Amino acid sequence: MIEALVFAVAAMVVLGGAFGVILSRNPVHSALSLVATLFGIAVLFVAQEAHFLAAVQVIVYAGAIVVLFLFVIMLLGVDRAEDLDTEPLTGQRPAAILAGVVLAGALVAVVVTSTITGAPRSGTAVDQDASNVAQLGRLLFTDHLFAFEATSVLLVIAVVGAVLLARGRQGAAIDEDEPVTELGRVDADADADADGDGVEDRR
Amino acid sequence: MLAAATVDAGWYLGLGAVLFSVGAVGLLVRRNPLVMFMCVELMLNAVNLTFVTFARRLDDVGGQVVVFFVLVVAAAEVVVGLGIIVAILRRRPGTTADDVSLLRG
Repeated sequence: MIEALVFAVAAMVVLGGAFGVILSRNPVHSALSLVATLFGIAVLFVAQEAHFLAAVQVIVYAGAIVVLFLFVIMLLGVDRAEDLDTEPLTGQRPAAILAGVVLAGALVAVVVTSTITGAPRSGTAVDQDASNVAQLGRLLFTDHLFAFEATSVLLVIAVVGAVLLARGRQGAAIDEDEPVTELGRVDADADADADGDGVEDRR
Repeated sequence: MLAAATVDAGWYLGLGAVLFSVGAVGLLVRRNPLVMFMCVELMLNAVNLTFVTFARRLDDVGGQVVVFFVLVVAAAEVVVGLGIIVAILRRRPGTTADDVSLLRG
């Protein structure tokens, strides 16, 4: 009974947030709706006894990732309302909505008509006595140790990539307004003023 | 597992399916690269919810471990993706997904 009530409320928050993300004209409102969705998902994680993941969901997603989104929106100043009335591609929007409805219908039909069988359990059973964190940690550092180490390499690559992207490149231009002297090379003076406002960009 | 009887796993899976579809529609309809990115996050969360539901239903913690890795990959994806978006929008403010149709302009 209580779980049904929790599910109903959390599902409404999740779907309301999801529709808020795709229907808001202002990207800031989209980001705040995303927080509602992520929080609802965290509640559903708790309802399904995934306590550690619920905490990580709130800390990493609602905390770090959405703040990063908002930071980028504010940094770039793109927090003005977007015109949703004009369609860039004629007929694309109805086609996309139709495809989405068909996709949702097909997935829900699969869920409704089939029963969950699943392969025989290969991993560790959910232990009601041990804590969720202890179970996940034990599994992570035994069976999935290689994948865990691989994710650390992935994170290092992501950090290096982000620094490289944010630093601003010397060399090939990505702006078609920039004068290109020879293939893939940009004249040094033009590159210093990439945004064409007559002022040399700060490096 | 006493609570399992009240809400059937199908409800969670159905919610995940609908959430995934909403994210997919948003990705197709919206033109602001930041909002498109948020829609990808919606789809990732729908899949996470499905994994957690199966982890509980099949009594296997492995599903929760997969969600952990999805979270890590999503964090890395957001960092690199937002870096690319910042690099593009800093040079050409107001760019939409339609304007960056070429890999090399």
